[in-house]
Amino acid sequence: MAVSETRLSEKEGRGVSRGEPGGGLAVALWATLRRDLTLLMRRRGEVLNPLVFFALVITLFPIGISPDPQLLATIAPGLLWVAALLAALLSLDSLFRGDYDDGSLEQLMLTPQPLPMLAMAKVAVHWLMTGLPLALMAPILGIMLSLPAGSYLVLALSLALGTASLSLIGAIGAALTVGLSRGGVLLSLLVLPLYIPVLIFGAGSVQAAIVGDGVAAHLAILGALLALSLMLAPWAIAASLRISING
Amino acid sequence: MWAFINKLRSPKWFYAISAKLQPFFWVAAAGLILTGTVWGLAFAPADYQQGNSFRIIYVHVPAAFLAQSIFVSMAVAGLVYMVWKIKIADMAAAMMAPLGAAMTFVSLFSGAVWGVPTWGTWWMWDARLTSMLILLFLYLGVIALRGAFTSRDSASRAASVLAMVGVINIPIIKYSVDWWYTLHQPATFTITGRAAMPMEMWAPLLIMVLGFYSFFIALTLMRTRSEILRRESNKRWVRDLAGEMR
Repeated sequence: MAVSETRLSEKEGRGVSRGEPGGGLAVALWATLRRDLTLLMRRRGEVLNPLVFFALVITLFPIGISPDPQLLATIAPGLLWVAALLAALLSLDSLFRGDYDDGSLEQLMLTPQPLPMLAMAKVAVHWLMTGLPLALMAPILGIMLSLPAGSYLVLALSLALGTASLSLIGAIGAALTVGLSRGGVLLSLLVLPLYIPVLIFGAGSVQAAIVGDGVAAHLAILGALLALSLMLAPWAIAASLRISING
Repeated sequence: MWAFINKLRSPKWFYAISAKLQPFFWVAAAGLILTGTVWGLAFAPADYQQGNSFRIIYVHVPAAFLAQSIFVSMAVAGLVYMVWKIKIADMAAAMMAPLGAAMTFVSLFSGAVWGVPTWGTWWMWDARLTSMLILLFLYLGVIALRGAFTSRDSASRAASVLAMVGVINIPIIKYSVDWWYTLHQPATFTITGRAAMPMEMWAPLLIMVLGFYSFFIALTLMRTRSEILRRESNKRWVRDLAGEMR
């Protein structure tokens, strides 16, 4: 008896939120975005960590290889891209972890709104708080690596475009491993091979800018990769989250 | 058609039918691989440029073929499992993965050995070797993910999703690596100009490829059969079977 009552009230609850005036997907998306942004603003350390990591890794290379500006300039595009990629990877594990631990991920699944869209909102926040800052910070580190002039804008642009794909692809891995107690290392094993195309065209665009080739083609392919992951990744993320929650 | 698919759902039916199919594929595999090896190593003419070292192709190419096909079959099996909840598909996918990783490793290793006489070095960041290396990591990821879950159902579904994501990415990775390689153009001689291979050379290769595929099917059938027994060990028909054997 009690069971049937709870079921009934659950149904009613769904009906109410669906019939809410002005309610629906847009409200849910906005609420998810705002909630995640607020949460991250309250834990600024989590936002800063990938940036500090990025700067630190870049510092290691001149020390490990050579402070020779010419040598650094040749390897700078690849270095900056690889370091940014690793920094973005570092922050992935916490993408769904907090919500999984406190149960809000389950609540997210109970809403009548489509899960792929809500997951997209979370990924968008991840990109805003890691990918975009990394892209804005990269030119400064580029100066330190004596990256040739004229490629700074392309570096920032390619990173901004590329990290969006990285966040989307990485979120699949994060969703698959969120239920595992020690998913961190596994996450990098799952996600890094999938990052290779983005790395190739991202670092390639900066290299092309240095040589003086057209960068439009590279950026267009990065955009195409982003479009493809925008189209397919949300479904994979949602399916993976469902597996992690039910498992 | 539907009756057939429904039959496929039954591990018992699969166990019975695979018992009949299995010997056929084992015989085919043994016969083809033996013929191909003897023909390829002893009777095929030596390459005018590479001499006898080209004969490694008879292991390298079939292994590379299998490495890629197994990943695709794994993803197809994952899709079948996710859509129709056919357990056999997942068992087969789980059993294929280690063989696929092994084949990827074999093709990488034989490629490295082949590199010594042709390039003068064990490893080149050649486009094909690089994408094979990435494929190996994809395999390891799927295997590791399946092993990380404690619940079998979640493990199966997670591995299926990852295999499908991987299979969408394989062509993208392959073409971007090819593009990256042509851009950087190291001055080496490639083995791409293989189109004009004479009949005496590629006939054993074809036989080897068919032999490797038969071996893959036979081994997958065998391993899936034992996996069925393991997973269904509490079912009545498996117990009856064990009773008969005793």
